[in-house]
Amino acid sequence: MFFLVIKRILLGFITLFIVSLITFVGVEILPGDACTTYLEREAYGAALEACYERLGLNVPAYERYISWAFGVLQGDFGYSLSGDMKINDVLGPRVKNSMVLASASILIGIPIALLLGIITALWRDKMPDIIISTIAIFSMTIPEFVSATLLILIVAIWLEWLPGIVIVPTGVSVYELLPNIILPVIAISMIMTAHMARMVRSSVIQVMASDYVQMAILKGVPYWKMVFKHVLPNALLPAINVVALTIAWLLGGVVVTEVVFNYPGLGRLVIESISNRDLPVVQALAIILASIYVSINLIADLMTLMLNPRLKSLQIKK
Amino acid sequence: MKTSVQEIKDLTIGFQSQKGEQISILKNISTTINKGETVGIVGESGSGKSTLALAMMGYVKHGLFTISGQCMFHSNNLLEMENKELETIRGRKIAMIPQNAGQSLTPNLKIGYQIDEALKLHTDLKKEDRDKKISELLNKVRLPSPDTMAQRYPHELSGGQQQRVAVAMALAGSPELLLLDEPTTGLDVTTQAHVLELLNFIAKDTGTSMVYVSHDLGAIAQVSDRVIVMYSGEIVLDGPVRSILKNPIHPYTYGLLKSIPKLTLPGLPNSMSGSQPQPGSIKSGCSFYERCEFSDNNCKINSPTLEYIDDLNTSVRCFKHKELTNQNDLNSQTVKSIENKILKNEILDLSNVSISYAKQKFLEQLFNKIEDSNPTVKDIDININKGETLALVGESGSGKSTILKSIAGLLKTKDGIIKFEKDKVLSNDLKERDHSFLRAIQLIFQNPDESLNPNHTVEEIISQPLKLYFGLKGQELKDKIIEVLDKVRLGEFYLTRYPRQLSGGEKQRVAVARAFAAKPDIILCDEVTSALDVSVQAAVLNLLQELKEDFGTTYVFVSHDLAVVRAISDRVAVLYQGRLCEIGPSKNVYKFPSHPYTEVLLGAVLEPDPDVKPKLVAEDIVEEKPPENGCSFQGRCPRILGDICKNEVPPWQTSDNGNLIRCHIKIEDLKNQQSLN
Repeated sequence: MFFLVIKRILLGFITLFIVSLITFVGVEILPGDACTTYLEREAYGAALEACYERLGLNVPAYERYISWAFGVLQGDFGYSLSGDMKINDVLGPRVKNSMVLASASILIGIPIALLLGIITALWRDKMPDIIISTIAIFSMTIPEFVSATLLILIVAIWLEWLPGIVIVPTGVSVYELLPNIILPVIAISMIMTAHMARMVRSSVIQVMASDYVQMAILKGVPYWKMVFKHVLPNALLPAINVVALTIAWLLGGVVVTEVVFNYPGLGRLVIESISNRDLPVVQALAIILASIYVSINLIADLMTLMLNPRLKSLQIKK
Repeated sequence: MKTSVQEIKDLTIGFQSQKGEQISILKNISTTINKGETVGIVGESGSGKSTLALAMMGYVKHGLFTISGQCMFHSNNLLEMENKELETIRGRKIAMIPQNAGQSLTPNLKIGYQIDEALKLHTDLKKEDRDKKISELLNKVRLPSPDTMAQRYPHELSGGQQQRVAVAMALAGSPELLLLDEPTTGLDVTTQAHVLELLNFIAKDTGTSMVYVSHDLGAIAQVSDRVIVMYSGEIVLDGPVRSILKNPIHPYTYGLLKSIPKLTLPGLPNSMSGSQPQPGSIKSGCSFYERCEFSDNNCKINSPTLEYIDDLNTSVRCFKHKELTNQNDLNSQTVKSIENKILKNEILDLSNVSISYAKQKFLEQLFNKIEDSNPTVKDIDININKGETLALVGESGSGKSTILKSIAGLLKTKDGIIKFEKDKVLSNDLKERDHSFLRAIQLIFQNPDESLNPNHTVEEIISQPLKLYFGLKGQELKDKIIEVLDKVRLGEFYLTRYPRQLSGGEKQRVAVARAFAAKPDIILCDEVTSALDVSVQAAVLNLLQELKEDFGTTYVFVSHDLAVVRAISDRVAVLYQGRLCEIGPSKNVYKFPSHPYTEVLLGAVLEPDPDVKPKLVAEDIVEEKPPENGCSFQGRCPRILGDICKNEVPPWQTSDNGNLIRCHIKIEDLKNQQSLN
C-alpha cells in the first residue's frame, strides 16, 4: 500500500515534468518569442537586445528550461510580459477566485448529484426518476455558455435579482465575491451535476440488480438499511473516479463560464494571456492546471484503494 | 397427518412483452411443501425453476409480475404482503441459499457482519451471545477457525467456503423453510459432495423443510425426498424421488435421465433433439410435443393436465404416461460406444512441460527466462496418438486448461518441449509458429457466449478461418460455410443469425463448426459442455464424436466431469495441482487400483440414483499452491504414508491393466486397500 502511494506520487511528478517539457518546447518552437511579441514593431536592435537581457532569453534553451524548472519547484514562475509583474502576484488572487468558484460548484454539485442519482435509481422508471432524468438530460445537452447567457438574461436582466456580470477588482475578499458567484456556480454545476447524477443512477441500478442485494432482501434486511449498508458503499466506489474526472473537466468549464460572466479567475486569465501571447503566464497556467488534474486523480485512486476491501487486501498480499 | 409449510395455488408469473402480450414464465403451478420434507425442483435453464423458488419467498424479479395465484405460507399470501411484513418472514421463517455465493455476499462487508445482520434482525440475542452464535454457526457448517473467519471479507474465501457461509447465514434465523437455488453448481466435485452431505445433515439435525432447485439430477437424487420436474414453466412430474428417478413416467424426464452420461456405462448417451420452447411460443398442445418421441396428434392439439397416479403416488402431465410406466429400461440404457481408429503414430508429444504464472522480473524479461522453482504446472509428459481422444481431468486449479493454452500457444511454457507430428517442435511464442501449425490446432472454449463475437453473424464467424487459412472468397467461401454448418446440423438459414439469436446448444455448434472449418488435426476442447444443459450436452458430445469419426481428428478434452470424460475419451490423464497423478486407458482409470486422488474424485461423483451415495474419503480443503517437495496430493491424501510422501516425488508405477500411477504406495497395496471399500 505504502509503496503504491509512493509510486503513484512519483508517476504524478513524471507527468508534470512531461507537461512542463511540452509547454516549454511548444512555446520555444512557435515563431517569434516573448520579446518580439511584447515589443511588436520595435522588436529590433537595442530594444530587442535589452528585452532579451532583461528576460534572460539570451542563454541557450535548455539552460533556461532548467532555471525555469528550478524556479517552478520553488514556487516561482518568473515574470509576466505585460506589466512586468511577478507571475506569482498575478496568479495568486486569480487562483483564489477560481478556487472559490470551483469549490462552491463542487460543494453544491456533488451532494445534489449523489442525491438525485440515488433517488432516480431507487424510484427507477417511476415519476421521480422520469422527471429528474428528463431535466438532467436536458441540462446536459445545453453547453454552459448558452445556459450562462440565458441565466444572465432571465435572472439579471428580466428579474433583476442578481448582478449579470461580475464587476469587482481581482483582489477582493471572499465575502465580497459571494453574491457575484451565484449565477456562475449555477451555470457550471448544472452540466456537472447532471452528468454525475446519471452516472450514480446507473451505478446504483447495477448494484441493486446484483445477487448480493437480492440476497440481502431475501435475508429480510429492511429496505433503507439495505440501501445504506449493501448498496451505496458498493455503488459509490466506482463513482469516485468519475467524480474526479468531472472535477477535472470542470476546470475547462470554468474557463468558458468565467469569460461569459467576466469573472476575475484563472479561466479569464487563460484567455487573456493567450490573446496577449503572454507566454510565461500560459506556461505557468499549464503547469498549475496539470498539477490540479494529476492530484485530483491521485486522490480519487487512493480513496478507491482505501475504501475497496478487495483492492486493499490485494495490495497487502503483494 | 402431514402439516404443510407452504402451499402454492395456481401460480402464474409472467412479463409483458413489447407487443403488450402477457407471457407466462410459470403456468398454473400448484404444489405443497410439507414440514420436514426436502423437495427437489429439477429443470433445464429457462424452465422457471428459479422464478418459482423466489416466488416462495414472495420475491418477484424486476420486470416480472404475478398474473394469478398465491403462495400461501401459514395462511398468508406472500405475494400480496407489504415489504414490512415480508421482512419479518424472510430470513426468519424462510431463508434462501443462493446459487453463486461468491456474488451473493456483499463485497464490502465482513463475513461476521453479514451473519450478525441476520441474527440482529431475526433473534433477540445480545451482542456477546450473537458473537458466540456466529462462531457456533460457522462451526456447524464446518468452516475452519470460526473466529478469524468472521473477520474476513467474502473474496478472501474459496468457493466452497463462501457457500458454507451462505448456509450459515441462512441458518441464523432458524428458518422453517430453506430454499436452495443451485447451491452447488460451479463448485468442484469433491466440494459439491461435501456441501450436499452438510445440507443433508442440517435437514436431519434441524428438521427444516428444504426446497432444492437444480438442473443436476445427481445432486437432486442425493438430497430430496420428493422431486418436481419442470418444463417450460409447468410442473410435468411430481412424486417421490425413487419413483421419479427409477421409473420416470414423463417422456421429458425419461429422456433427460437417458441423456446423462454415467460412470458405470461407458459410451455416449442418447440425446434429446431440439430445445425448450421460448416463453409464449406454445399456444396450444403439450409444450414438450416438439421433442417428444411418444407424441401423437392429440398431444399437438390438446394440452395435458397434471394427473395423479395413485399407485405411484406421482402426478404427471402427459397423455401417454401409461406407455412409459412399463418401460423400465433405464438400466439397460442404450449407449453408443465409441470406437476410434487410433493410429500408432504420435501427433502431439509433450515432454517435461512446465508452465509458470509467475511475473517475470525485469532481468528475466531481458533474457526471456522464468525463474520459478514451484511452477503451476510441472513435469507433464503426455503423448497423444493420431485419432485418439485424450481427456485431462481434475478440479479447478489442477492446471488442465493451462496445459491446453500452452498447446495452443496462448501461454508460454517455462520448460519442456511440445512436438507436433513427432519431429516438428511447436514454438513457445505464438508469433513464431508456422501458419500451418496454427491451422492444425484449433480450440473450442467453454462458454460460447464469450467466445463468439456478438457483433458477427454466423456467416462471418465461420468465414474467418476459411479466409485466413484457405484464402476462400465469394461463392466458394459461401458454399464452404454452408457445408461446414451442415456438418454441425445447422441449416442455411442460420447464416444471417447473430449469436444472441441462438440457443446455448446452437451457439456451441457454431463454435464447433468454426473449429472444424480450419480442417484441424487436433482440436482442444476446454470444458465444452459444462455451460450446457444436460440434454444439449449429450447432443454436443454425440456431434463431436461423429465429426471425429468423419475426419479422424484428435481431441484433447478437458473436463471436470468424470462421467462425461468416461463417455467420450480413449485415455484419461488425472491432474492435481498441475502435476500428473495417473494416466491410462479410460476403461482402466475408472477401475481400481487407482491413484488416491482418482479414488477421491470417483467417490465424489453424484449418480442420478438416490441409492448410490458418494464416498467422501478426503477433505475438500483448497490448496493455493502446489507443495514444494514430494507428492502433489500429500495435503489431502487419505492414504498418506508419511515423510516419504512429503519429501520425495513419487515414482511412476504400472498397474497390471496398463495404467500409469504416480504414487509411493505399491500397486499391490493400493489394490488391496481399495478393494476393501
